[in-house]
Amino acid sequence: MSAIDPTAHLTAEQIEELGRELDAIRDEVIAGRGEKDAAYIRKVISAQRKLELVSRGVLLFSIFPPAWLIGTAGLSVAKIMDNMEIGHNILHGQWDWMRDPKIHSTTWEWDHVSPADQWKHSHNELHHTYTNVIGKDNDLGYGIMRVDEDQKWHPFHLGQPLWNFINACFFEYGIAAYDLELGKNLHKRRRKNPEFRARAKAVGRKIRKQVLKDYVIHPLLSGPSFLPTLAATFTANLVRNIWTHSVIMCGHFPEGVQVFERRSIKGETRGQWYLRQMMGSANISGSKAMHFMTGNLSHQIEHHLFPDLPSNRYAEVAVKVRALFEKYELEYVTGPLPKQVFSAWHKVFRLSLPNKKPKVKTPDREQELVAA
Amino acid sequence: MTSAALRSRAWKLLEMVTTPLLPSDYLDLVSPLRAGADLRGRIEAVHPETGDAATIVIRPGRGWRGHTAGQYVRIGVDVDGVRLWRAYSITSPTNRQDGRVTITVKAIPDGKVSNHLVRRAKPGTLIQLDQPTGDFVLPQAKPAKVLYLTAGSGITPVMGMLRDTEFDDVVMVHCAPQPQDVIFRNELHDLVADKKLRLTEVHTDTDGMLDIARLDELVPDWAERETWACGPAGLLDAAEEHWTEHGVQERLHTERFRPSIVVAGDGGEVTFSATGKTVDADGATPLLDIGEEAGVLMPSGCRMGICFGCITPLKTGAVRDLRTGEITEAEPGVLIQTCVSAAAGPCDIER
Repeated sequence: MSAIDPTAHLTAEQIEELGRELDAIRDEVIAGRGEKDAAYIRKVISAQRKLELVSRGVLLFSIFPPAWLIGTAGLSVAKIMDNMEIGHNILHGQWDWMRDPKIHSTTWEWDHVSPADQWKHSHNELHHTYTNVIGKDNDLGYGIMRVDEDQKWHPFHLGQPLWNFINACFFEYGIAAYDLELGKNLHKRRRKNPEFRARAKAVGRKIRKQVLKDYVIHPLLSGPSFLPTLAATFTANLVRNIWTHSVIMCGHFPEGVQVFERRSIKGETRGQWYLRQMMGSANISGSKAMHFMTGNLSHQIEHHLFPDLPSNRYAEVAVKVRALFEKYELEYVTGPLPKQVFSAWHKVFRLSLPNKKPKVKTPDREQELVAA
Repeated sequence: MTSAALRSRAWKLLEMVTTPLLPSDYLDLVSPLRAGADLRGRIEAVHPETGDAATIVIRPGRGWRGHTAGQYVRIGVDVDGVRLWRAYSITSPTNRQDGRVTITVKAIPDGKVSNHLVRRAKPGTLIQLDQPTGDFVLPQAKPAKVLYLTAGSGITPVMGMLRDTEFDDVVMVHCAPQPQDVIFRNELHDLVADKKLRLTEVHTDTDGMLDIARLDELVPDWAERETWACGPAGLLDAAEEHWTEHGVQERLHTERFRPSIVVAGDGGEVTFSATGKTVDADGATPLLDIGEEAGVLMPSGCRMGICFGCITPLKTGAVRDLRTGEITEAEPGVLIQTCVSAAAGPCDIER
């Protein structure tokens, strides 16, 4: 948290007006959703399935180096598409309006060790509601890192660059552990909780299926290519994990992103909630292909304002949202991927060491609003 | 090992390869109409019938079990990207050589699906299908004399019967605003020319609504005829009353396209607990509409309380049947038809 509140110049009325303008942007997209959007997601799903099928087919001959390279690259891209543009966004309910039971947040399952329903709870309900609120949003460092000066330092944080690197390599397992709230639930007393045990079992089942597919069945089907295929699926999972980890780090950790104190969200209005999402997220700039491969999470600010709008619409929404940032004189944090990744990593390194705690006063908007 | 056991093993192995997807998710990409797939159909042609009605020729998937003349089929069509389900009578005969089935749709004002099918449906489009159903059908034993009493698009199930089975003595009384609004008019007149049908057209724009008492004059022996009637509620209500009055109600078979009575009361807060959504509902809007509006995945069908395609567990609270006003309270195992039930106070629908 910077020492100066970057939203201090806004009155309570302005914030509510901002909220109304954002609502209008949202309503416009919802009114215009239709056949083209439906065709888009179906096309992406179909392309992903074909790419995965072909890549796995090519990997049956992975003993030949060109086949290994092409198959591994294809499978990596297919897994990234599955997790980002398809899985993440469908599980957000972005495509529920189509009423297609095959493309619906309540029926979808993804190529990931965390079962969809557990991820939906920790991600959609907790992270998206309490975005960047210290002590409420576990995405702030995933419980293993300090990513803001205001988070308390502990000698454990000295190792956080290493923790972050390990987390990047095995990100899907990190997320599964995180969705299980493993840190909290491994205490002796909680371990026996039947609800936790049921959820842990579900994760276990999902891990078993994923591992069996990638590291046993597919290599076995490859016959003499057993080992190269094993290496290929491991590499594809690694590439997917590091890529998704990098994209997600860019969403909330780069310099310029604000975090909030618990008390600052008490009695938060719709406008204030929007404002927190605007200040708590960061975008990645780049080409259409880059946006696609991030599952349009490169439009993290727009995604956090409107988590359930179809991802193919974030690019057009971004133009209008950016204009609002300018109108209300707020900083739109964005930058190319390498710059944002560096910025986030820089923070991870910097905050592994203790710092002097800056004192900051957030204006008490609740009182202001009553006064207004 | 038997071949069935082998196949099931091979399938299990395939599932292990495709997890978290199913092998069928991949097969659907290339062969959506194959045996074993979810039942779908492909629109092969759209033939205009009148200014606002068209016949849709559908090639059903391999799982199609075939229909009985007079039955309807539920179809799921994507309109503006949104999957909507409706029920339509099948108008093709059961013995059609090429295995295609047809439905004939009349575009009703503000009807999303009917207007889409009549005016915008394109050959090649995949639609979702359900197995045909409905008990507005011909009996096994041929009746000696038959009367078809229809109005508007109520002619569609009857056309399915006319094309399917020939009877010795068939009379039809059909109501439509004007001659050009009569669906299948040419075909009907051909049947008349071949002496296979006696037809009376009532053109309501000039003749006025059919007074059921006029049947005595139009079809003097109506009471002796096995009768199938389909049309708007007004006509069917009058027919039921008329046949009952004359003590021949067992000869009358009716099919309604819309629920007849609407009883509304106070609404309440509706929770869709599986999806985690809560919305306010008035006491007149079907819970099906409320859920769909809120983005909940609601099963649906005829939307008029007959097909039971929408039944959903009621976990807590109470709902009102919009046709009768009857209140249903939650108990374990209680299922409600969301298309004809509205909230009667706070309730929890398991979707």
